[in-house]
Amino acid sequence: MTVEMTTSGPAATWLKRRSRISAIEIVFWLATLLPFFLFPSYLSLASQIAIGALFALSVDLILGYAGIITLGHAMFFGIGAYTAAILAKHGWGEPLTGLVAAAVVAGAVGFVTSFIIVRVQHLALIMITLGLGLLTYELANSFSTVTGGTDGLGVTIWPIFGRFDFDLWGYTAYSYALVILFIGVLVARRIVNSSFGLALTGIRENSQRMPAIGSVYRTHLQKIYVVAASMAGIAGALLTQTTGTVSLDTLSFQRSADVVVMLILGGTGRLYGGIIGAIIFLVARDRLSDMNPQYWYFWIGLLLMAIVLVMPGGILGGLSRLFGRFVR
Amino acid sequence: MSEGTPVLRTEGVRKRFGSLEVSRDISLALPVGARHALIGPNGAGKTTLINLITGRLKPDAGRITLDGQDVTGVPAAERVRRGLTRTFQINTLFPGLTPIESVLLAVCERKQEAGQFWRRLTGHAEAVDEAFAILKQLRLDDVATRETRHLAYGQQRLLEIALALATRPKVLLLDEPAAGVPKDESAALFAVIAALPADMAVLFIEHDMNLVFKFASRITVLVAGAVLVEAKPEIIRSDPRVREVYLGQGHHG
Ligand SMILES: Nc1ncnc2c1ncn2[C@@H]1O[C@H](COP(=O)(O)OP(=O)(O)OP(=O)(O)O)[C@@H](O)[C@H]1O
Ligand SMILES: [Mg+2]
Repeated sequence: MTVEMTTSGPAATWLKRRSRISAIEIVFWLATLLPFFLFPSYLSLASQIAIGALFALSVDLILGYAGIITLGHAMFFGIGAYTAAILAKHGWGEPLTGLVAAAVVAGAVGFVTSFIIVRVQHLALIMITLGLGLLTYELANSFSTVTGGTDGLGVTIWPIFGRFDFDLWGYTAYSYALVILFIGVLVARRIVNSSFGLALTGIRENSQRMPAIGSVYRTHLQKIYVVAASMAGIAGALLTQTTGTVSLDTLSFQRSADVVVMLILGGTGRLYGGIIGAIIFLVARDRLSDMNPQYWYFWIGLLLMAIVLVMPGGILGGLSRLFGRFVR
Repeated sequence: MSEGTPVLRTEGVRKRFGSLEVSRDISLALPVGARHALIGPNGAGKTTLINLITGRLKPDAGRITLDGQDVTGVPAAERVRRGLTRTFQINTLFPGLTPIESVLLAVCERKQEAGQFWRRLTGHAEAVDEAFAILKQLRLDDVATRETRHLAYGQQRLLEIALALATRPKVLLLDEPAAGVPKDESAALFAVIAALPADMAVLFIEHDMNLVFKFASRITVLVAGAVLVEAKPEIIRSDPRVREVYLGQGHHG
């Protein structure tokens, strides 16, 4: 082929600009420190949000970027949660290695199941993920000698680095969860801004075309599925470690559905969508269930429908469109 | 490879959908550098033949060889990696990606770099340059950073070809590259095709006979799933059977 070497100047600049850290991002991360000063009595809620955000981020990697719809991702969250708990129960309460173990175990299960996941699409895919989720839940329920069954497990977690104890007010918990979330976002960011991330977007945009450009795209899908499973596992382990307990609820269908709702609310395929969604969802749950505990899902349902109808790209999608109009 | 050895060959390829025989015993040979037109009425089985050659469909019988190697059982993506690439009659692009991203993706896949998740996209500088050069070659450089879904239809047809070129094909199969493009633009599109490297074998489907006669050095006429005749343009032009198929059923394109 006669490919004369040109300077691809404008296009290269455009590509570079896409992956640049924006001012809004820096402001956002500074704002995550506000709870320490403004809402010190809400630090445990804040750490729940950080954990939910990490979980939603893991779903965004497969759903928002690669287009794998899942209704069973809590299986990895729960596996991570139980891995950390069972380790601690058996005398190893060191948190950081607990996270690593959770990532490895969840990732390994993700790898095994990925062989089925990449072979199905659409409704079948939703049903397979749903089925795997339910299966895991019931397994955990029946192996109650290991998992504690419906009672769950209470565990003791050692101080982080042997120094920072998990305090009652949640200072350590929130700091810990926030740092892990930050690292998670950095890793996810690196992934989506790579050629691999581009390939994932290609699969989402048109998987039919991928083989025609020579892509064995199932390998890409398996890879990101394992990454997302590990990340969800870490989120689960964080929950165990910051609350000192684990229950079957970490594996529940409700959790799988909630995380998708968070992501759709915030906006898929944008990294920060899941974080924004987690903030809205969990703050709303906290406020609304104070008012009327039974009916708070009514409002979430309403909000979800409104967002999907009015802002198909979620809150971040809507904002960026609005912002785009201003810039132009 | 010696002059005249076919780079792509199909031998007795057959395919049926239920009771409909779409490909009947099709044998074709494309030498290096071929400019081969595949023509025939709507529903003759032209697209199906491309699907069979590229591995999107499995033939019921017959063999397909690329560079002398049997690829009949080889998956579609692997055939592309070995140099057998196609474009689509109906745009099959990445609507939410820009042309530079789409072509860059195809280049990265070819270089086996698409799976690398630790390297920034802009770190693949050579691939970016190559992708941009391909866009420039197809006069898409001005719209390189516009979302594909917002491109003019004719530009999307060009992007179809750009994606295929990024795989560096030895054999390029173009399924009605000018489908739906206004007449004046389709001539320009074929000018791009005419300028493709001389050692690339090109098989193209086209309904406009003027374009076919202008650009093809050999023509296969497919009717109802079978090869009616294969010959040089001069011979096809005066073949009474071809006239009957085309003029008898009205002119397509
Ligand atoms: N997957 C399929 N299942 C069943 N029938 C099919 C399938 N694909 C194609 N056909 C039928 O096979 C016949 C040949 O179709 P094909 O698309 O190959 O024709 P074509 O020569 O490309 O026509 P056109 O000029 O309209 O593009 C048509 O009758 C079509 O309806
Ligand atoms: Mg066709």
